[in-house]
Amino acid sequence: MRARVFVTLKPSVFDPQGRTIAEALHSLGYAGVEDVRQGKYFELDLATTEEAQAKALASEVADKLLANPVIESYRIEVG
Amino acid sequence: MKFAVIVFPGSNCDHDAYHAATHVLGQSAELIWHKETDLKGADFVILPGGFAHGDYLRTGAMARFSPIMREVKVFAERGGPVLGICNGFQILLEAGLLPGAMLRNRGLKYRCEHVYVRVEQTDTPVTAGAHVGQVLRIPIGHGEGNYYAPPDVLDKLEANRQVVFRYTTADGRLDDEANPNGSVHAIAGICNQQRNVVGMMPHPERAAEPALGCVDGLVILESIVKAFATA
Repeated sequence: MRARVFVTLKPSVFDPQGRTIAEALHSLGYAGVEDVRQGKYFELDLATTEEAQAKALASEVADKLLANPVIESYRIEVG
Repeated sequence: MKFAVIVFPGSNCDHDAYHAATHVLGQSAELIWHKETDLKGADFVILPGGFAHGDYLRTGAMARFSPIMREVKVFAERGGPVLGICNGFQILLEAGLLPGAMLRNRGLKYRCEHVYVRVEQTDTPVTAGAHVGQVLRIPIGHGEGNYYAPPDVLDKLEANRQVVFRYTTADGRLDDEANPNGSVHAIAGICNQQRNVVGMMPHPERAAEPALGCVDGLVILESIVKAFATA
């Protein structure tokens, strides 16, 4: 089973890369893109076929390594 | 006294730190590979600068799981003095030995230049020979030195006098222009609550001999020996 983990900076944390990308888009004429937040995306191939197990394992590794809880939060999709 | 300089795959200031401890300070030192599990009787541990594990994922994120870090943690919990320089500071943050985290520099650029830092506290093993308000000219070299801590943690850091160094102007004034990376409260270095673990972004070992163009880093390095002698 595959788990997808999306890690992003918490809303309260300034994202200098996202800000720069947003400014680049504005300079390309995309005024409709109000803001950009850059994050990381992980695909985990898991041995389990149980959705609950997959979710639990993905959040365990996200807590332990993939995300730094001081500055980042994450979202998980499985299946 | 004996220094342990931890070597991670990707450390690149390990030999500079070793050189500073042995040739500049005249002490003994040993390079210790990150897979080892023994600090070999060291009195002081240095986590040097560099790009441990390629800085993949986040700076310091994987180095914190290196076997030697368990020993560093035990050593620190027993009150042993630890200094993390640059990448070493980032590792201490990821390992939870110091509070907060590093973000990409505010200007997105890798900054490699001399900066001024003001000594804020002198009751740490790396500032025992300095005086409060002393301004040191020391080089930095980093892309992720934008120190961040949530407001409640920041309040605690200030209340407990854990901010050891701040970026200032040459005459010791706080000025946003003098902050090279956007760190909150212009923080260049902090210590833990017990004050034996210190992390700093500037490189004192790169400013320890006249041949390097600046000797202000000696204030920090000599403090380590002084603090050990008086402990």
